[in-house]
Amino acid sequence: MRIYFLTILLLSSFLLFSQSCDYTLTGTLTDFHNGSVLTGATIIVAGSERSFVTDFDGKFIIPDLCNEIYSIQVSHPYCLTKGFRVTVSGNTVETFKLEHHLDELNEITINGKILGNQSKTLQENIINKDELERYSSGSLGDALTGLSGVSSLNTGNSVVKPMINGLHSSRVVIINNGVRMEDQEWGAEHAPNVDINAINRLSLIKGAGALQYSGDAIGGVIIAEAAKAPFKDSLFGKTQLGVASNGRGMFFNSELTKSYDTGWHTTLQSSMKQFGDFETADYKLSNTGVYERNALLKFGLNTFDYGFEVLYSFFKNEIGILKASHLGSAQDLFRAIESESPLVVNEFSYGIDAPKQDITHHLARIKAHKRLGDFGKLKFQYDYQKNKRLEFDIRRGSDRGKASLDLELDTHTLMLDLDAKASDQSNFKVGFMGSHQKNFAKNTGVRRLIPDYDKYDFGAYVIGDYLADERWLFEVGARFDYTTMNVFKFYRTSFWESRNYNQQFSELVVEDFGTQILTNPKLDFNNSSGTIGIVNSFDEKHKMYFNYSLTSRIPNPSELFSEGLHHSASRIELGDLSFDSEIGHKLSFTLERKDDKFSYSINPFINNISNFIVIEPVSTTNTIRGTFQVWEYRQTNAQLLGVDFNASYIINKLVQFNHQLSIVKGQDKTQDEALINMPPVNTTNEIVYYNNKYRNLRLSLQSEYVFRQNEFPATNFEVYIPNTETFEMVEVSSPPPAYHLLDFNSTIDFDFSERSTLTVGFQVTNLLNVSFRNYLNRLRLFADDLGRNVLLNIKLKY
Amino acid sequence: MKNIYLLPALLFTLLLLGSCSSDDDTPELVNEDELITTLTVTLVPEGGGTSITLTTQDLDGDGPNEPIISVSSNLSAGVTYNGSISLLNETESPAENITEEVEEEADEHQFFYTIGSGLAITATATNFDSDGNALGTEFSLVAVDTSTGLLTFTLRHEPNKPADNLATAGGETDIEATFIVTVE
Repeated sequence: MRIYFLTILLLSSFLLFSQSCDYTLTGTLTDFHNGSVLTGATIIVAGSERSFVTDFDGKFIIPDLCNEIYSIQVSHPYCLTKGFRVTVSGNTVETFKLEHHLDELNEITINGKILGNQSKTLQENIINKDELERYSSGSLGDALTGLSGVSSLNTGNSVVKPMINGLHSSRVVIINNGVRMEDQEWGAEHAPNVDINAINRLSLIKGAGALQYSGDAIGGVIIAEAAKAPFKDSLFGKTQLGVASNGRGMFFNSELTKSYDTGWHTTLQSSMKQFGDFETADYKLSNTGVYERNALLKFGLNTFDYGFEVLYSFFKNEIGILKASHLGSAQDLFRAIESESPLVVNEFSYGIDAPKQDITHHLARIKAHKRLGDFGKLKFQYDYQKNKRLEFDIRRGSDRGKASLDLELDTHTLMLDLDAKASDQSNFKVGFMGSHQKNFAKNTGVRRLIPDYDKYDFGAYVIGDYLADERWLFEVGARFDYTTMNVFKFYRTSFWESRNYNQQFSELVVEDFGTQILTNPKLDFNNSSGTIGIVNSFDEKHKMYFNYSLTSRIPNPSELFSEGLHHSASRIELGDLSFDSEIGHKLSFTLERKDDKFSYSINPFINNISNFIVIEPVSTTNTIRGTFQVWEYRQTNAQLLGVDFNASYIINKLVQFNHQLSIVKGQDKTQDEALINMPPVNTTNEIVYYNNKYRNLRLSLQSEYVFRQNEFPATNFEVYIPNTETFEMVEVSSPPPAYHLLDFNSTIDFDFSERSTLTVGFQVTNLLNVSFRNYLNRLRLFADDLGRNVLLNIKLKY
Repeated sequence: MKNIYLLPALLFTLLLLGSCSSDDDTPELVNEDELITTLTVTLVPEGGGTSITLTTQDLDGDGPNEPIISVSSNLSAGVTYNGSISLLNETESPAENITEEVEEEADEHQFFYTIGSGLAITATATNFDSDGNALGTEFSLVAVDTSTGLLTFTLRHEPNKPADNLATAGGETDIEATFIVTVE
């Protein structure tokens, strides 16, 4: 048919040869979706051997044409090839539009072209798949600490909580496959429930860069995305298997994707990870094993006009907590801190005993989109998350083996978004969100740490950007959230009265049980947030980002309602019912240079937070169990000031040098003292050898130097030790000394078969087997951090 | 195609309906099963006489109220006492006897007696776990000479048994009760 058609065309051009044939067809090739120009596309005039390439502005010129109907084929690496029929009549101007498919499917990847899910005026830090695969046996937090400005608040080595420019927990929002994670992220010893092996791309924005999802990311936003299916008939996947010496662990990950050119696609992924007791340079860390199991299923239809996707993911993790960290009183704490090595060191075991955490997270999501012609795109999303958290302590009698904490957090969220194009230069995005969250704390025979509550959140946002010219981009966004919480909380009568709540909140009392009082606090919060930013690409290599963001975060349940002994920290924690929202004002500036030889980015920032909620030791109290330190949450005005610096220098075709430096200083302005748990200054230097001509061989040696944190609130306290009849200082706030670690990393590819590649990775962390303690590890008081670890992993890509 | 518009409407309705149903449930009261509110040491003089009790009671557990400590009378020099320790959870009614639980799990518990300097007494455990290691809910106390000082009873959960010294015993402290004792 086509040949027939071509023949006719060919013949007709011969027949009309006598005509004047010196007309020109000029025009532009643009993207159907957003009108952006497509450069480097090939245009072939059917029936002749003539082909043309669109220039940098998407323009093309085809000379020597007759007044005739031509068949023209346009192809572009990111688009489906398409044929057009053009009637040439004199010098003709025509605009061709192509469906920019790959771009569409990976709309987040190609930033700046289509309004993505995140801010354009905040520099985005990205960890790609190759880098992520080096952390396959670790966690999300481990992978993120590779970025400047990111550290982690750890509880041992398996509970790794990302910290952005000194802020963590509820101040860091994690978006997993377009869903805001609701996984009891408030707790400092609650790690994100995200499978690192299910992520294809991880990006980090140090600020309120995702107003679409939240206005409360005072610290920043972490966006994890699974791979998008390509728009073609294919079947592909990979399988990874790895072993590690430290913890005698293994992990396994496998995924398979089937896609069709009709837009249908389906992906199945699952992973498993098991480690026994880890070890430091000198001793075993008893009861620190991990057993993690995950699965992900995704299917959907994606066409130009409309599409939908269904995703379900399952995450289950059992984490042992260092046995020696389970303590009674401050006297126990003193013994544990004074001891050179942990007070409990047993034989190696894969068994995970109390104290431990057992977490299950289900995430289900349905999303759909419909294109509204040239105007834009309407998107809808519903997601459901069920987070089940069990924490086990060492218990006695019939309660042995029973969880001390049994929480279930259910969250439903609906989102409706409209992405629209106002003009060639400007886009806007508007949306609504509604969510309901229910926390249910089961009676475990231990008083509830987090009370039962129902929470509703309604939010609306609008974001717009305007590309003034090639150099200047402006962005502005605003969001409003209304949150209401209905809480049922039992207070200890003695606490209720000592806090004067019986005067202040007497109307909240539902029932008096003598030693305990049931109350029904109903809390409402109205929060505004917004962002305004500018990007200036002042020459081809340099870019400047400027961003101001306003964030508002409601106090989390543990800040509001904590009231009692926190076993894992061996301290009494007290919240405050009268807290207001935390308000952050962050100014961030980035200067970025991207070049073949020398690239860098320098990012100073200032974050002023009013009503900042901190927890700090205030006193000690005597109980029948001994003395305990009392930590109270309070609100203050805080300021975080810092700079992140990245640089890379390409020495020659094979060797590259990378450098990172992060500094952050946190100050409590009201009390004029340093904030607790601020990351110490740290610097990373890395030399990488990469040869793409020889099996993609990559070798790297990385040095990480972490300084001692010299700025911290001094909260050491004295406690009476009956045994020695002395008062002793319990050094809970003294930071550990500086340390230096070396890591070695290597990967090499082998052709396994025609369509598959085998990658072998060999890695050694803490190469010199250094003994060290990390200021941001909550268990640093009891034991050293990890010693040397040798990892071997094999990946087969097919 | 219309389904795409119907779906959000339907789900919004479900969300609103679903969330209205379960608001009336009030949570059940949690009484701490393992809480020890009260420790009572009873000292019965060998050969008869009035028993002496040492009590510490902390009804709000780790709440803000301090424990209430009382000693019924002074000890008599030269007398040997048969001591016993009772542990109660008085937040439950009737009060739960925790001593029984501790004795059932004798191999994982041990009471230690710390005698402050100046106090001329000795104390030795008289009951043992199945391995023959001290448990110490029963003990023998000899008031050697007239003196005054601190006497501390410490209950450790999962100590390294056998252990004779608090400093090396390890484990988690369940109770630490100090009394000012006088021998006259």
